[in-house]
This record gives sequence, structure tokens and C-alpha cells, in this order.
Amino acid sequence: MLSISDVHTFYGHIEALHGVDLEIKEGEIVTLIGANGAGKSTLLMTICGDPRAHSGQIVFQGRDITRLPTHEIMRCGIAHSPEGRRIFPRMTILENLQMGAITGNPDRFDQNLERVFGLFPILQERGGQRGGTLSGGEQQMLAIARALMSEPTLLLLDEPSLGLAPLIVRQIFDVIRDINQSSGMTVFLVEQNAFHALRLADRGYVMVNGEISMTGSGKDLLNDPEVQRAYLEGAVG
Amino acid sequence: MPSTGNGTQASILPDSGHRRLPPGAIFKEAGLTAVVSLALLVPFVGFKIANRGGEQFLETRLPEVLIAAGLIFLGRIFLILVREGSLALPVAGGAVISAIGLFAPIPSAFIQAVAFTAGLVIIVRAAFMVFAARRRSSTGREFGSGFADGYRKALPWLASALIVFAVILPLMPFGERRTIDIAILVLTYIMLGWGLNIVVGLAGLLDLGYVAFYAVGAYSYALLASYFDFSFWVCLPLAGLFAGFFGIILGFPVLRLRGDYLAIVTLGFGEMIRVILLNWVSLTKGPDGVSGIPRPSFFGLEFKRYPAEGTESFHQFFGLDYSSLHRVVFLYYLILILALITNFFTRRIRTLPIGRAWEALREDEIACRSLGINPRNTKLSAFAIGAMFGGFAGAFFATRQGFVSPESFTFLESAIILAIVVLGGMGSQMGVVIAAVVLIGLPEYIRDLQEYRMLAFGAGMVLIMSWRPRGLLSQRDPTISLARAEGKTS
Ligand SMILES: Nc1ncnc2c1ncn2[C@@H]1O[C@H](COP(=O)(O)OP(=O)(O)O)[C@@H](O)[C@H]1O
Ligand SMILES: [Mg+2]
Repeated sequence: MLSISDVHTFYGHIEALHGVDLEIKEGEIVTLIGANGAGKSTLLMTICGDPRAHSGQIVFQGRDITRLPTHEIMRCGIAHSPEGRRIFPRMTILENLQMGAITGNPDRFDQNLERVFGLFPILQERGGQRGGTLSGGEQQMLAIARALMSEPTLLLLDEPSLGLAPLIVRQIFDVIRDINQSSGMTVFLVEQNAFHALRLADRGYVMVNGEISMTGSGKDLLNDPEVQRAYLEGAVG
Repeated sequence: MPSTGNGTQASILPDSGHRRLPPGAIFKEAGLTAVVSLALLVPFVGFKIANRGGEQFLETRLPEVLIAAGLIFLGRIFLILVREGSLALPVAGGAVISAIGLFAPIPSAFIQAVAFTAGLVIIVRAAFMVFAARRRSSTGREFGSGFADGYRKALPWLASALIVFAVILPLMPFGERRTIDIAILVLTYIMLGWGLNIVVGLAGLLDLGYVAFYAVGAYSYALLASYFDFSFWVCLPLAGLFAGFFGIILGFPVLRLRGDYLAIVTLGFGEMIRVILLNWVSLTKGPDGVSGIPRPSFFGLEFKRYPAEGTESFHQFFGLDYSSLHRVVFLYYLILILALITNFFTRRIRTLPIGRAWEALREDEIACRSLGINPRNTKLSAFAIGAMFGGFAGAFFATRQGFVSPESFTFLESAIILAIVVLGGMGSQMGVVIAAVVLIGLPEYIRDLQEYRMLAFGAGMVLIMSWRPRGLLSQRDPTISLARAEGKTS
């Protein structure tokens, strides 16, 4: 569904991605783990065309999207829930969700609204509340819900567990699994919380300094001694 | 707490959350304020150049200086007391100061007015402190949310009442010529404020050159009418179109700019337009301006005592006696309708995807892009549509004045319009109305204080900003409610 081959991305003169290859198949949950500053967010943003890949190729559903402007990529069926949530703080939950649906089919708005309210009932209870006054967990749910409103076929999630209590993290990961299993939506999940991410994912990639250093099924990576030492210290127990 | 002799008596009060100043410290602070203001008052107020029989004299105005310094000293004491949480004394003091302003034989009308308002301000501040403290202690919530809820409920009623009032204003006993003239001026600024609100308030693009579009609108009408004899009703849409076009021209180079940089470039653009109008003498007659601009007609009926051969004029058609008031009232309704259209349009577009995208762009451009919004087109449309309404207002200005010159379109105008938007609370429609009435209407109404108008304007701005730093009505109204959305789903 999405294949990334030999992608290099620069910030000015600094090369953040040194030739990344990655493959996501339809219906999979694929996770990308790695330390802070490895380039995970950069890869997600490069898929969205901002920053643009300096060289290499990104093909989505058979279409080369490497050179498309961001707003067109986001209309191809890709949705991105960015790092740090980036919900609209002065807008209400409902308005945030409307923004998510802005590229979608207006006739299906009500249906999509019902669906995300089903996934996150708290958002329905708080519908009129301003985004900026929500708790961190609620904001993350809103960010995912907003991304879902455009009915994407590929959902890109950047560290949805960042700064959240374990209980909330579990809840959010359950929803991600739910979306994937019920509607077959493909999910590309970037995480530092390697334990939860690898348990959830079909396959995983490990990124070190802008390069993919390891790949395998979620289970294999979980049991890999090197991964355990680098990313799972104290997490398994 | 500084340990002056009687400093301990206040600190034993456990119920007051904050510490209290001893009287010594209060007098010290107030005295310092008085000394500083005295230093400013002596050069600014203390001397006056008088002109007697062609010769110039330097007059001294010692009483004014002393009275002003004394009032400042008193006012400061009461403000400190308000800050320290007492109520009765400042209210009484404010009343005394106001009374002094009203009745005492002060030699300057201006100081009288200042004393009177200053007293009121002290009272209002005291009331607010108490009100806020009570709210906070009773509900534990921030002050403001209760106000916001009440305001949201009251808004439709308030708006309808204001519109009804505006419609019947010319029929009221006090709807005399002067009042209507001022109302026209205020409405023009309300319309400009609403237009700029689209750019600044909704899309969050700080535009310091909005007057350029006002100028483009005014000159489009003036020139089209004088060169091609186009009527006002043909020119009105054209003026909007031209201005919108200029909005796009400005928009392109500033697409990548934000904040300060955007403000500087738009400021330059505003000045550029003015300088072009000033120097393109062959087209615009330069500094002399364009005069003899035709006045608008009422569906072809002119407002003239003696209409041209073969035409009928407004008063003849309706069988009225001729009155110069007819045209003024007509202009009043014209700008009222134009302003209401601007308002209706803005409120409508906020609920459409494009308007929502403007607001989202103000909040977070990166998030917008990740939702598939094209920031370039979104920004350009905000510039163009905001400019269009500036153009409409400009055409109205030209037909009202019958004369335009570059002088009417200085940076000060941009600043005033922006001040109305910012002080009203960015994005708030009602806020613009209140700010325009306070900043334009009041200073205009008290024209006797002519020379102090700008001072009153500045004082108004400082007051609003210190009282409500995010503008008068800073709460943004949601464009969709859950009940409505649920009604649709079920
Ligand atoms: N806007 C930017 N400008 C310059 N360098 C950046 C920018 N964003 C990220 N980087 C750099 O790129 C590298 C990868 O960052 P990022 O993709 O955010 O890492 P991760 O998401 O894995 O924590 C880091 O070294 C970071 O400093
Ligand atoms: Mg990151």
C-alpha cells in the first residue's frame, strides 16, 4: 500500500533521514520505534510532503506521491495525527472534528461523527468544550478522532502515548486495534513506548540516527535481546 | 512584609488572602506617582503659548498643574486600596473625585472631564475586584466563564435590540442631523472593523495596511464616476472587486510571512497605495484629490432641491417638502445595510469550510496542512474577501464625502481600524461594535474637547487593554453545537 524506498530528507544542510526503506501492506499495523531524535517524526512528515524528500521515492496505492504538495497528499486517503496532538485549542471538540472532515464527503459527516463518538464516548459528552481545556488524554483522543473524520485508508500516528498515564495509553491502543480490526484501516504507528507498540503491531521497524537498523514481526522484535536492551529496559515485567 | 511601625496590624487578618500595605507605604507609592506626573505635567500642561495681537506669550498654568497632580495623588491612593481589597473607601473616594470634576470651579474643562471619568473608573474597578473575588471564592472557577455564559445567552437579544435601535434611530426625537452624521461615521468604522476582522480576527493575519483597500474602493468609485459617468450602484460591486483584487496582489508576496514580518509588509503596502495616489497626478489629480463625485440616488431619484430637466427628485416623487436631511438619512440606511451585509456574510462563512479553515489557520497552520488544507488559497481568500468589504466601505465613503484625497487614507486610519478590532476582542463581531462606539462615537460626540480627541482615544485604548487585555469580548463563539449535530444524526 505504501512503499518508501531510499528516502533522504534534509533540514537545511543537516541530513535527518539517510536512505530509508519501508513497506506497509494493506490492513497491517506497522510500528516504527526508536530513540528521541532518531528521525521518526521526520519520516512521517516526509510521507506527508513537509519537509519534502530530497531523493528517493514514496509510492502510495500505486501512485508516486513524492512530489505532490502536502494538501494533495492528505486528500489521497492518508491522515496524519501529528506529534504533540496539535488540536485547535480555541475551537470546540465538534469544530475540531469538522476540521478533520474538511476534505471528506460532507454527506458522510454525520456517519463519521457517530463512528468516532462510538470509539471515544468522552468526546460526545464534552462536544461543546474547547480543545485547549481538555486533558492530555482527551486531546490525544480528539487528535485521533479528527484524523479519522476524513475516512483515511492509511492512518499515521505520531507518538499517541506521549505523556499519558498507562491506563489511558492502554485505552488508546485498544481503540487503534479496534479500528484496524473492524474496518481494516492500515495504521502506521510511531512510538517511543516500544513495549505496547510492538505488542500491538503486526510488524515493526527500528530506527537509529535516520536509518532503519532492524525489522521483523512485532513478536520477534519484542523477544530480540538487542531491542530489549535498548528500548524495553524495565518495561517488560 | 516591610516592618514599619503599624505594619503588623493588617497581617493578622487571616481571611484576606493577600498581604496589606501599611499606610506609610501607600502614601509613599502615591507620592512617587504624583512626583513623576508633576515632572510630566509641568512641561506639557504648565505652559501654553498664547497669541495676543500677533505676539506670542508664554502663559503659565500653575493651578491646573497642581490640581491635576493632586487628583493623580488621590486617585493612586484609591487604586492601591482597591488592589489591597478594600471597597468602601475607594468607592467613596471615587465619588468624591467625580463630584470634584463635576462641581468644583476648576479652570480647565478638560481636567474636569478627566476627574469625573477617573472617579468613575475607580468605582468600577473596585466593584470589579469585589465581584471577581466573590465569584472565585463561591464557585472556585475563574472569573469570566460565568460572564461568558451569560453573554452568550444574551447576545442574540442584544444584537436584535441594537439592530432595531439602529433602524429606528433617524425617527427618534434625538435623531437630529448631528447624531445621524456621527452614526454614519461609527457605522463606517464598524463595517471596516468587521471587514478587517475577517483578516485579523478570523484568519489571524496581522494587517496594518487595511486602509489601502478602503482607498482603492473610494478611488475606484471616484474615478469611474468622473471618467465614465458610472452610477454608484454599478461602481459599488466594482469597487469591491478591485479592492479584492488588490487584496490578492498583497496576499501573494506575504504568504510565507507571519506575525511581525507580515505586519511590516502590509504597513508598507498601505503606504505604497497612498503614495501612488499622491503621485499619479494625471490619473488621480494627486494631492488635490478628486472632487465633484456624484452622490448616490434612490433607485434613480436624486436628492436635489431642483432636479435636472426631465428628471424627478426624491422629495417630488414622494410628495415631501425638500429637506437636506433626506440624503443624510438615506446614506445612514445605506451604510447600515452594507454593514449588516458584512456581518451576515461573516457569520455565515464562519460555518462554511472556508471560514472554518481561516480560523483553524489562525490556531495552527501545521495542523491545517496535515488535514489537507491549502494554506495559500485559504490565506489569499481571507485577504481578498476582507479587502472586498474595505472596498465597499471606500465606495460609500467617496459618495458620502463627494470628495476623496490621499490624505484620508493615512496609516493612522489603518491603526484606528485595527485598534477597533483588537480592542473589541479579535474575531468578536459585537466587540467591534462596542469598540467603534467607544473609540469613534464618544470622542466625536464630545467635540467640545476637540483638541483632546486623540488623547481620549489613547486613554480609551489604555483603559480597555489594562482592564481586558484580550479585548472586550474575547470569547470566541462556537459555530456548531452538539445539540444541532445530534439532531442531524438522529
Ligand atoms: N524543523 C527542524 N529543523 C532542523 N532540524 C530538525 C527539525 N525537526 C527535526 N530536526 C532534527 O531532525 C532529527 C530527527 O528529529 P525527529 O524526526 O523529530 O526525531 P524523533 O521524532 O525520532 O524524535 C533530530 O536530530 C532533530 O534535531
Ligand atoms: Mg518525534
